[in-house]
Amino acid sequence: MPGEDRDRDWQIGKVHRKVDAMERMRGITRYTDDLKLPGMLHAKILRSPHPHAKILSIDTSAAEAMPGVFGVVTGQDFRIPYGIIPWTPDENALAVDKVCHVGDGVACVAAVDEDTAIAAIAAIKVEYEELRAFYDPEEALANRDRELTINPYARKGNLSKHVVLEFGDVEGSLEGADLVVAGDYFFEGTTHGAIEPHCAVAQVEPNGILTVWSATQVSHYLHRELSKVLEIPPHQIRVIQPPLGGAFGGKSEPFDLEFCVAKLALVCGRPVKLLYTREEVFYSHRGRHPMKMKYRTGFTKEGKITGVSAKTILDGGAYSSFGLVTTYYSGQLLCAPYDFGSYRFESTRAYTNKPACGPKRGHGSVQPRFAIEIQLDKAAVALGIDPIELRRRNDIGSDSVTVNEFRVGSNGFQECLTRVETASGWQERRPSLPYGQGLGVAGSTYISGTNYPIYPNEMPQAAVQICLDRSGRARVFSGANDIGQGSNTMLAVIVSEELGLPLDDIRVLSADTDLCPVDLGAYSSRITLMVGNACLNAAQKLRRKVCEAVAKRWEIPRKRVVLAKRMALDLENPERNVSSAEAFAWAEADNGLLGEVGSYNTPKDRHGDYRGGTIGASPAYSFTAHLAEVDVDPETGLVDVKTIWVAHDCGKALSKRIVEGQIEGSTYMGFGEALMEQHIVDPEHRGVHTGPNLLDYRMPTFLDTPTIDAMIVEAADANGPYGAKEAGEGPLHSSIPAIANAIYDAVGIRLDTLPFSPPKVLAAIEERQRRVEAGELPPHKAERTARRSA
Amino acid sequence: MLRLPHFQVSAPTTVEEVVAALKEEPGARLVAGGTDLLPNLKHRLEAPEQLISLGRLTSLRGIVRDDAAGVLRIGSQVRLAEIAADPQVAELFPSLATSAGLVASPSIRNTATIGGNVNLDVRCRYVNQSEFWRGGIGGGCLKSEGDVCHVVPKGRNCVAAMSSDNVPVLISLGASLVLVGPEGAREVAMADYYRADGLRHTKAEEGELTTEVRIPLPTTPRRVDYVKWAVRKSIDFPLVSVALRFDLDGEGVDAAITAVQVVVGVLGAKPRQVSRLEAVIGRAMNDPEVALLVSEATFKQCKPLPNVPYEPAYRRQMIRVYTRRAIQALAQG
Repeated sequence: MPGEDRDRDWQIGKVHRKVDAMERMRGITRYTDDLKLPGMLHAKILRSPHPHAKILSIDTSAAEAMPGVFGVVTGQDFRIPYGIIPWTPDENALAVDKVCHVGDGVACVAAVDEDTAIAAIAAIKVEYEELRAFYDPEEALANRDRELTINPYARKGNLSKHVVLEFGDVEGSLEGADLVVAGDYFFEGTTHGAIEPHCAVAQVEPNGILTVWSATQVSHYLHRELSKVLEIPPHQIRVIQPPLGGAFGGKSEPFDLEFCVAKLALVCGRPVKLLYTREEVFYSHRGRHPMKMKYRTGFTKEGKITGVSAKTILDGGAYSSFGLVTTYYSGQLLCAPYDFGSYRFESTRAYTNKPACGPKRGHGSVQPRFAIEIQLDKAAVALGIDPIELRRRNDIGSDSVTVNEFRVGSNGFQECLTRVETASGWQERRPSLPYGQGLGVAGSTYISGTNYPIYPNEMPQAAVQICLDRSGRARVFSGANDIGQGSNTMLAVIVSEELGLPLDDIRVLSADTDLCPVDLGAYSSRITLMVGNACLNAAQKLRRKVCEAVAKRWEIPRKRVVLAKRMALDLENPERNVSSAEAFAWAEADNGLLGEVGSYNTPKDRHGDYRGGTIGASPAYSFTAHLAEVDVDPETGLVDVKTIWVAHDCGKALSKRIVEGQIEGSTYMGFGEALMEQHIVDPEHRGVHTGPNLLDYRMPTFLDTPTIDAMIVEAADANGPYGAKEAGEGPLHSSIPAIANAIYDAVGIRLDTLPFSPPKVLAAIEERQRRVEAGELPPHKAERTARRSA
Repeated sequence: MLRLPHFQVSAPTTVEEVVAALKEEPGARLVAGGTDLLPNLKHRLEAPEQLISLGRLTSLRGIVRDDAAGVLRIGSQVRLAEIAADPQVAELFPSLATSAGLVASPSIRNTATIGGNVNLDVRCRYVNQSEFWRGGIGGGCLKSEGDVCHVVPKGRNCVAAMSSDNVPVLISLGASLVLVGPEGAREVAMADYYRADGLRHTKAEEGELTTEVRIPLPTTPRRVDYVKWAVRKSIDFPLVSVALRFDLDGEGVDAAITAVQVVVGVLGAKPRQVSRLEAVIGRAMNDPEVALLVSEATFKQCKPLPNVPYEPAYRRQMIRVYTRRAIQALAQG
């Protein structure tokens, strides 16, 4: 929906200060934990110390008798199961009959203060019968003992989801290929690490309305699940999302604390707050699934992909979360930017006795992207083709259809490759870098929202309401969750562009289910495209009304009226102008109160015509290329990532600095997953998390982070507002394989398992050296080293 | 957020008052910067009823060169950031400026004191976790609620690791501590201060307070360094921690070595002073054999344990690599 009868961009693509930047920088933003209500109680959750156990009994009497304790709830108070995906409601707010991982919630106490609540949960007596725990997904799947089925709602043992899809004759294409690259890959689990821990506050109004403030990125789904579990009709519940301190997918479904504070507020008749400890954030998790991936890829000798065969095991943890979708995504999102010829994937998600995995930035597709991009690099080496050239030859192009029948619109992948190639000096530098130094490239794609909502319905996927008033201000009401990605600013920029107001004159009110139209939430990189389109739709209707009113008074055609710089101007005689306030007053006089709604629904011709063919289809796809430069120390195994060049096709950057920030932040996050992050439990120590805190779970600091050169590519898409596509998740994916491929270029080792920790890198270097000494392999970059010493 | 246990805090203004307060409240704990103690309290590793804050002890905040005594005196309340930035420290003891500047993060260095850092509690991956977590592994260990060691199966001695960046350096520089207690002041060489027992890893007596670190002024030309490897370049405790000191008979890189000190941290509770380095005495600093001999001896004598992250075999190998490289760099210019 490129802007119809627009004049020129006076805001689109510019650099903007985020609408909430000054509050944030001055430290006066009120996050959920900053809310304090009169008479408010504090709640704590008692959690399971066992990875897998039956609950034989819970005795809360001692806790209830403690002075200062106002209420205690257990799983018996939440017998209705829920789940973010309507087909897999397989968890309860608190454990009902069994616990499935260390940290599973068992009971919750509301008390006059946190210390009293902590003392009270310690006084609750729980009798457990321990069960054998499973930490390996394949062992969990092999289990036939029904007693040891982990998830209490599972119908097929420890199988959470199994998907097989085949497009074309894969085995035939592999047989006919000039080269088949086979590889086994492992992507380690990682978590989000948002700085703000989850927090929720609930209050019951005298009229019975339950209000829940929560650090969530999906207020609408939280609204629905609260209604279901608490058996309160949705019109009696209000969900408000205060400003968030990061989310990255870790707050995209309901969690135990929201149900607990709501129930306890109802029970106690007082407001109740619960703030997770950092440790509890690690237990709620829903981060990246560990995946074991087996890939076979066929190539012609010219480097064209003939077919891809993938077999993937997903380690899901104790609950489904988004797992049904993740299982599809692990195969479905891989079919661009390269034309696969033929494709088969089999993905199996298992329940294990660990915190549940779910969506983390680049949901479900970062892991297979890691595998396929290394596969391509291996093929480039084997065929003697430049890795960038090999990727160019397989580019699916714009206005194309993927092997799994998804329709791709705009595609700036070629330009992304060229930009990183040029900026890094790839052609000149790569052939001459000595042993230890290397350059590596990788490409990727991501969705700009999913074509279909999580629960099937015919209503719009996004809606925005805008009001103008005679003071010259605009108010934008949107259900979308600004999680720090800048979606409120994005809406202000669109309104600013269309109505000629500076950002300061626009107030965006978001994510309050009483005040705002429904939006589905901040996930799958949907907001710019979907909510942006809805906003553009409403803003353009208002713009026409305002221009009409001005044109009438000036007796000129409407198209001559321009709204910009807090004014309405005559395009042919800019000396003639009035303030925005005056123009709005004229329009209000002509039309009555100035308010419009806009909504957006996805085009229904983007997906494949088969079961599962809608999952992963999107109105538009972003494209990315990463190129990493590394310095590998062959004596310590330390990988020093010097620079990452990244070019990202976001269709159209509505706000340049925010897009650059998303590209940099995504690239950084991938870098951390490549080198250090590991969200794991310790089977040798009863399944405890190896370090549920930010000292032991190592995310890179500022000093560790490479120079990131973020470049914006704009292949405008007909489905995006002003052509815009996503920028929040795509630029993570190829960061990781680009580093892997650069390490190969530097020292000749393939690291097919993450993370690339120094001991692992060193062991691989030493193994290669042994093989060189045994005459099995030539020294890496031998020619270059010989040439240099000559 | 984890909650602190409840405690009383007193804030005396003189050393005598602190000693008196310690005598009055035998279980009391001293708190200076609090960057080590408070997280440990949040983890319920101890629960003292009384904290004695040293924040008002203005007399212990100086760095003074005492030529008469031949020492640099650093008051125990001096912040690590001040040591890292102090011109006298940089000139006289550059390895200490380096180690103080490598501790944790800028905000922690602005808060943490040298007195606290030399008394830093030893650390272990199975200890420095929440009480809930320790319950998950079956009820803690020798150093917390339990009676087993998760690092050395069947071990009866706690092997939690000395993780201070500054302690190995101060030992290598021959530093001593001044401790003041009910019996008055005494000076203890830091080389003798630490014990190989994670439950009681220093020789401080009940009721004693560290008031000063004394470092003998150099009497010969010397070359010193501190090498730290951690996963991240900020915030992390060291995983490889080596202090080096070569005393020389001249200023040049070809001067002969007259004495050598190598002290390694993050092994067990006590830092290890590498011995049997006589083979390098008399050799020129830039003799390539020096780096090899010293790093090899260090490798042989240091055996890391799985008490901190990363495989012990890897860390042991890295002790050799980093030691060798640091000596090679010292021999450069």
